[in-house]
Amino acid sequence: MAKVTFKTDLCKGCSLCVGACPKGIVKLSETKLNAKGHHPAEVTEPEKCIGCAFCATMCPDCVITVER
Amino acid sequence: MSVVFEKPKSLTDAVLHYCPGCTHGIIHRLVAEVIDELGIEGETIGVAPVGCAVMAYNYFTCDFVQAAHGRAPAVATGVKRSDPSKIVFTYQGDGDLAAIGTAETVHSAARRENITVIFVNNAIYGMTGGQMAPTTLPGQVTQTSPYGRDVETVGYPVKVCELLSNVDGAAYVERVAVNNVKNIKNAKKAIKKAFQNQIEGKGFSLVEVVSTCPTNWGMTPEKALEWVDEKMLPYYPLGVYKDIYAEEEAK
Repeated sequence: MAKVTFKTDLCKGCSLCVGACPKGIVKLSETKLNAKGHHPAEVTEPEKCIGCAFCATMCPDCVITVER
Repeated sequence: MSVVFEKPKSLTDAVLHYCPGCTHGIIHRLVAEVIDELGIEGETIGVAPVGCAVMAYNYFTCDFVQAAHGRAPAVATGVKRSDPSKIVFTYQGDGDLAAIGTAETVHSAARRENITVIFVNNAIYGMTGGQMAPTTLPGQVTQTSPYGRDVETVGYPVKVCELLSNVDGAAYVERVAVNNVKNIKNAKKAIKKAFQNQIEGKGFSLVEVVSTCPTNWGMTPEKALEWVDEKMLPYYPLGVYKDIYAEEEAK
């Protein structure tokens, strides 16, 4: 069981985490905007997360915290 | 559940001013993680450059000095010599270290100053709006080389690691990249070694980090990472260019 949390307001929508996720479950939100006006990254199917922290490793802005 | 990844304690809560997808953020984090792991936050003094990373002092919790353009290794020399118990590192871009600061870089290496240099190479002047840098690849289009860098008129890129590997004073020189998870892990190892060398008094250590500039390259951040693999790394091969202690051990 793994859990990723996003500090959404820090996200700049660069999508580097999207390309890094081996399970393909990190996506940019199509409906939400954050305070900066970016579409923030989010996890679409949290139950599939393996807690590898690849997304957090690629994130330039320390948006993501990973627990496992 | 335990936390397996979070923001390092040596980074402040300030929001990074870098463009979306700029790998400066990753390199800042790697440096902060290394400072955390070595437990040297209170002993570390950073030297910020002129360039995109000019405001690095806002992001690290350790002490910082901001140097004139290219002079970071000279300032770091002064800081380190005045208090050798401190851990001193510079964080410089290619316009800072490989252009206006080439002399300071080469001579601080030649003197084997016991400092750590983090050199971020993204082949362009980022802060000023994407002009051609000494590290710009042949044929690369920038604001000041709209038809691509013409080596007949403006010469060839400066390869800092290859250059410094011929300087007897340099103790450790390695080139790494941050375009995928594997390379990021290797980059962290190299940065950690560069700091450990200084703690052990081994002398001048430089880590060149091949980086991206999606905004001025005119690409999406993800495409920029691919461009690093396709164009940058063939010209700037990764690896250890000099490690005098490993060479001595091998003998």
